[in-house]
Amino acid sequence: MNLTLSHLIALLPLLIVCATVIVVMLGIAWRRHHVATATLTTIGLNAALFSLLAVLTVTPIRVSPLLLIDNYAVLYMALILIAGLASTTLAHAYLEGFNDQKEEFYMLLGCSVLGGLTMVASDHLLSLFFGLELLSVPLYGMAAYAFRTRLSLESGIKYMVLSAAASAFLLFGMALLYAESGSLAFADLGARLTEGGGHASWLLMGIGMMVIAMAFKLSLVPFHLWTADVYEGAPAPVTAFLATVSKIAVFALLMRLFMSAPVTDMASLHTTVAFIAFLSMVVGNLMALRQDNIKRLMGYSSIGHMGYLLTVVVASDDMALLTTGIYLITYVATTLATFGVIALVSSPWQGSDVASLKFYRGLFWRRPYLAAVMTVMMLSLAGIPMTAGFIGKFYVLATGVEAQLWWLVAGVILGSAISLYYYLRVMVMLYLHPTEEEEYDASSDWGQRAGGIMVILLALAVLILGVYPQPMIMLVSGATLG
Amino acid sequence: MMLPWLLLIPFIGGLLCWQFELIRPNTAMPRWIALLSMVALLVMALVMWVSGDYSLSQVVGNTPEWQSEFRLPWIDAFGITFHLALDGLSLIMITLTGILGIMAVVCSWKEINRRVGFFHLNLMWVIGGVVGVFLAIDLFLFFFFWEMMLVPMYFLIALWGHESEGRSPVSAAIKFFIYTQASGLLMLVSILGLVFMHYTQTGVFSFDYGILRETPITGVMSWVLMLGFFIAFAVKLPVVPLHGWLPDAHAQAPTAGSVDLAGILLKTAAYGLLRFALPLFPETSQAFAPIAMTLGLVGIFYGGVLAFSQTDIKRLIACSSISHMGFVLIGIYSGTLLALQGVILQMVAHAFSAAGLFMISGQLYERLHTRDMRQMGGLFGRLGALPGFALVFVMASLGMPGTGNFIGEFLILFGAFDVVPWVVVIASGGLVLSAVYSLILMHRVYWGPPREKSTIARLDGREYAMLLSTLVLTIALGLYPQVVLDISQGAMHEVRHWFAVSPSFAG
Repeated sequence: MNLTLSHLIALLPLLIVCATVIVVMLGIAWRRHHVATATLTTIGLNAALFSLLAVLTVTPIRVSPLLLIDNYAVLYMALILIAGLASTTLAHAYLEGFNDQKEEFYMLLGCSVLGGLTMVASDHLLSLFFGLELLSVPLYGMAAYAFRTRLSLESGIKYMVLSAAASAFLLFGMALLYAESGSLAFADLGARLTEGGGHASWLLMGIGMMVIAMAFKLSLVPFHLWTADVYEGAPAPVTAFLATVSKIAVFALLMRLFMSAPVTDMASLHTTVAFIAFLSMVVGNLMALRQDNIKRLMGYSSIGHMGYLLTVVVASDDMALLTTGIYLITYVATTLATFGVIALVSSPWQGSDVASLKFYRGLFWRRPYLAAVMTVMMLSLAGIPMTAGFIGKFYVLATGVEAQLWWLVAGVILGSAISLYYYLRVMVMLYLHPTEEEEYDASSDWGQRAGGIMVILLALAVLILGVYPQPMIMLVSGATLG
Repeated sequence: MMLPWLLLIPFIGGLLCWQFELIRPNTAMPRWIALLSMVALLVMALVMWVSGDYSLSQVVGNTPEWQSEFRLPWIDAFGITFHLALDGLSLIMITLTGILGIMAVVCSWKEINRRVGFFHLNLMWVIGGVVGVFLAIDLFLFFFFWEMMLVPMYFLIALWGHESEGRSPVSAAIKFFIYTQASGLLMLVSILGLVFMHYTQTGVFSFDYGILRETPITGVMSWVLMLGFFIAFAVKLPVVPLHGWLPDAHAQAPTAGSVDLAGILLKTAAYGLLRFALPLFPETSQAFAPIAMTLGLVGIFYGGVLAFSQTDIKRLIACSSISHMGFVLIGIYSGTLLALQGVILQMVAHAFSAAGLFMISGQLYERLHTRDMRQMGGLFGRLGALPGFALVFVMASLGMPGTGNFIGEFLILFGAFDVVPWVVVIASGGLVLSAVYSLILMHRVYWGPPREKSTIARLDGREYAMLLSTLVLTIALGLYPQVVLDISQGAMHEVRHWFAVSPSFAG
């Protein structure tokens, strides 16, 4: 095919991130400098973010059979880039005290972002697999970045082994689909099924294996066993990255697959997904109840949240597309700020993260605004009005009610009721009397640092979107497929 | 244009309280700011009370009659607007909120010494949320405030609460939160169900009360949706199987928290039933009335027995609220104008008498450092005027003529007798129980041989003024209830109209 200028414009964000990774790599080879590397990465990701404005002038456009760059892709690209930027900012403060090579981290992060960008634009099984691996492989390294601590290394290896298993499932599923339909493009998949030919059971098995692989990545029950350990062991900025970028990319892709590939229109598939969703809501939240480590707690809570969001996959209608965007935006903002606070309290790196709940006791009386940010985030995760999380939950419930998925609606209510217990426990911990124990704290000038400013901005965004969500809704409703 | 200000005053006042503490710790400034905002709220409500026209002469038509309205676009995609409106019912509730808000600020003047600014931030935001609930006419907005007010209330209980029998206030606060939030989500689902129902019929998204009221719903769906609303309100009221949070939350909340909880938070539930559950689902509510009334009866007796067996003075008062709210439930579902008017009066009167009793138990706790009635006894004569006040509030609580509670209960029973005579007969029996536990309270705490001879610190001017004004309000309501009844008449007439138009009632 001919590559015209508009194709190049459509590829700009990918190209810019690619260039950033290469420049960062050459820079490291030339001279190690932590601040310069972080700044380069930030500039590159920002440039990619702004280039999306140019991309919007040419969308929707198909660039090779592999990539379809439409408004939907642009929205999630923006989200991924913002989450990547936030993680970079957190990593900079965090790695300041790291007693090993710091610079390669940014290269890994850039690669992973690139994988995410590819995934949300992919319209073909090949680019799907390519993107997913590009997203995951650097993440192994990032999770194990502080490899001299046992937990971090363990987390990296665990993630690697389970991810590889998931990739195997994905490949086998894709092979089955290809064998049956003779095509790897989403739109063609299962076209033969609708024509009446083909073996439905092979198709079902193929698509089922793909769903399992993605359920691994989204840590849905019963494929969730790695989540808490990886969340706990990985350094806080990496956990922030893992909890946002990888979830956005995989979920956006899953949604596109279910919306555009006819092969997914099977009642049994939807029932299975509904079952997984219900289990995730209940089991994730139940497991979170007894955690005393806030990173583990967030890991289990993310299982519950992905369960709520899976409701929209079961519904798979226009409303569901809107809900996906709104829920992901609110969830990403909330998660980033939560891990931001954890990272700030743990920065600079002192050997391990400050993740045990008891260290947060009485934070409000020492760092009132930081604790206020955390409070808003806990309320947002719990879906209390005046926070963005409420708007997200509102949309999920609306989707469920509209599609009359009463079991899932009941699951959302049950899950929310259970989850309140642990979110409130974290929240009240911030306000109780401080004990005499050894205390960790964010440095007193945290508010002037980039990470601090970002966390406060995110908290403001969560509050503003919670009270006035209209701009967000307009934005997301513009992000149509195709 | 006064409506948004009613809402903004507490929220802004609360933020100012907090900021003052951050800038200059250990001043009394937050207390004064909070007091000032509450006085401003009350004055505005009273101005509307005097200047508005709430008479019955307003025609009951298909559009709701509001005294004043305020509307801003909010979330267009769903037809959600920031729609506030005020009628007699909301005005009474907001005035009550203002009065109890002042009491809550004044009664915590000496009790709360830690984090004064943050305490008042929470107190003001609870009040703000409650005002929002009473004003919101868009269902989304209503839910928004309904859930929002839980957070500051949670903090009030968790951070400034007392330990009770070894249980920390945090667990009571969490229990309170989970009960109300989970039931609130059921209501949200019901609201959404109603909205989509309306959408499939008309193709328009709207959360507006006036519009949704016109949506005809029948069959199983109407039961499901109605129950969603009912359960949310039943938890807050509380209705008996769902009352588990109430004794704990009350016993462990600080005095100001208990005053607000009993005085206004419980009333948001009755308000919700009157404003939303009945007019939105008239036929189903009509069919549901026997069950609701049975639950009310159970509440009256169960609450009474529960109150009788308590040893903690605040738990006793809390359980007596369950019993009193049973009457409110019966009044609401009997649906006659007289009973509905009685409900309003009962709510206002109960707010005053319960607030009075909670303030007294707070003052006892400050002096004796216990709420266990077994360790009291013989306090009459050792405490100056306090037992005298206690006697009046206890009498009010058991429904002695001359107090507002008597008028309220009387109107409810009298009004409901036409419709459901047997329910009324049984409920009247419950009044005996309320006499029993009220007298037990008096007896255990104030009578009997004194434990020590020494006198305990008497009431100071602030406490005296606070109790005296509550007492005056209780008696005034008993002697001239017409003040309130005039205002609520129009709104109650409308509720009755909506409730009565259902065909099953005509027969």
